[in-house]
Amino acid sequence: MSLVADPVRVASGPRRRHRRGGRVLGWAVLLVAALYFLVPVAASVEFSLRGKGDTHDLSTWSALFEQPGFAENMPTSLELAVGTVLITLLLMVPTTAWVHLRLPRLRRLVESICVLPLVIPAVVLANGVLVAFKGFPNWITGTPVILALEYVVLALPFTFRTLDSGLAAIPLTTLVEAARNLGASWPHVLLRVVVPNLRTAILNAAILSAAMVLGEFTIANLLLLNTLPVWTVQAGQQDAQVATAASMLILLVSWALLMLMSVFGQRGARRTRRSR
Amino acid sequence: MTLSTATETATGSPVRLSGLRRTYGAVTALDGLDLEIAPGELVSLLGPSGCGKTTALRIVAGLEHADSGAVLVDGKEITRVPANKRGMSMVFQSYSLFPNLTAGENVAFGLRLRGVSPAARRKRAAELLELVALDNHANRYAHELSGGQQQRVALARALAIEPRVLLLDEPLSALDAKVRVQLRDEIRGLQRRLGITTLCVTHDQEEALSMSDRVAVMNAGRLEQCASPDVVYTRPATAFVAAFVGAMNRVEGAVGPAGDVVEIAGQRLRLARPIGNTPGALVTALIRPESVRLTPAVDGTAKVLRSSFRGPVTRVTVLLGDGTELDSDLPSSAAVDLRPGELAEVGFVDEPVMTV
Repeated sequence: MSLVADPVRVASGPRRRHRRGGRVLGWAVLLVAALYFLVPVAASVEFSLRGKGDTHDLSTWSALFEQPGFAENMPTSLELAVGTVLITLLLMVPTTAWVHLRLPRLRRLVESICVLPLVIPAVVLANGVLVAFKGFPNWITGTPVILALEYVVLALPFTFRTLDSGLAAIPLTTLVEAARNLGASWPHVLLRVVVPNLRTAILNAAILSAAMVLGEFTIANLLLLNTLPVWTVQAGQQDAQVATAASMLILLVSWALLMLMSVFGQRGARRTRRSR
Repeated sequence: MTLSTATETATGSPVRLSGLRRTYGAVTALDGLDLEIAPGELVSLLGPSGCGKTTALRIVAGLEHADSGAVLVDGKEITRVPANKRGMSMVFQSYSLFPNLTAGENVAFGLRLRGVSPAARRKRAAELLELVALDNHANRYAHELSGGQQQRVALARALAIEPRVLLLDEPLSALDAKVRVQLRDEIRGLQRRLGITTLCVTHDQEEALSMSDRVAVMNAGRLEQCASPDVVYTRPATAFVAAFVGAMNRVEGAVGPAGDVVEIAGQRLRLARPIGNTPGALVTALIRPESVRLTPAVDGTAKVLRSSFRGPVTRVTVLLGDGTELDSDLPSSAAVDLRPGELAEVGFVDEPVMTV
């Protein structure tokens, strides 16, 4: 038996036990976190499936789609999510890239401005938007369009932080200079260099913004506009089971949307690589 | 017609920098830089950090703007022309390959912007990758290539658009020594073959001297000397060039009676520029280590202080009778008898010396 082998074995024993202990702790934390999120969801699903007596059925869910107002508000919320994501990205991708390229000293200032919605109460934001858009045509102020603009402001903190991290992770300046040098105009630089190399960050920003819009209630309610969350709260005052089913539906739609975005994002990335 | 036959006859564009000036706050990066580059010529901007060489290159590329002065290509002023419309291409120190594209797609990037058809740009990318000996790597991404390979792809990408002027921004400094020498020779070979006017920025003297038609030595935003590598090395125009390019001994000596020689270690050395009627005046002579000869001698006047083996040459440092230290680069085979503590006789190659 080798003399050298013993100390190694002695040393590796506690280390392996320590590693195993760490792994067990990790799984325990994950389990607790999963339970924290899943138990309320499971309880809500169970509640929404309760039928007459002690039975469970889909009667509440099937009735949900026939509830007055549901068919109008569901597409509104989805359109708001899509609109908010598009406006936010169109505004923030070039802005954040430009700050990184040309105004790096202003990065902190822009970041501070972008996180303001986190500390400004919703009622202030809602009233502020109404004051700011006073005198604008009714198709903006009297429709969900104003809500989309409001949600763009609310999405700024997630969007800026996500895009900022993505830009910091790539050698943006030299890539842009290389592209400019090879003949790329600024729109080309944005579409062919910045966006493809920022795909994951853009996808994350879109997912966060969409999830935020689909669950937002306060500002829509303050602006007296009907969205699915507003409708859900109103429906809950008459039938708690319908409201719970609607909440679960919003959650499912959010998840489905996020999954779709993720799949399309990955496919798009592959297609981008193949086509060039 | 293949790429190589198409481009072997190509001639580059003449470039002229006229009175370029650029300041950053209180710092003057360029202080009236004038430089002319002939068609197909490779000129290297050489100088210490902060001398303005990179600023000059970036102004030529259109990535920076000069406060005053002009950049002319083919006799036309392009000072205000945006970078993407200058028809130049640049190879960066950090390679700067687009990470989302393969090597082939990187090379074809500039062609795509010019509306070249997919089939034509694929063909041309393949030709250029073959030119830089990477034809088997067209489908690899940047992270799958070594540093040298990435820089070759960057060079192929720069050449793909058939630039009027090729700009090289310290293209070899991120590579290890062996790859650097190999790629240096490859770049020079390609540049000669394609006849592209090239402006290179480097702080590596060996790189500048070995690959350039002319070397432009810069200091504090100004051009000190622009001449062929051998002239810059053997006949430096200024004391700065003499001190900056290569190693140099600075030895104090007395001017001879006619003012055209200086006395060092008991020997009279001809002055490159006679000083005039100032016999006995003390001047500092600049003497290259390879111009100093040492011969082992028991009654020698110089004492060997140390020797440093550098492969084919050995640098031997001796102490003269007046306390002056003098470096000498000798063939290593001739330096074996010159160990620390030994005595030696000092001699000089018969060539004019500069003074400061």
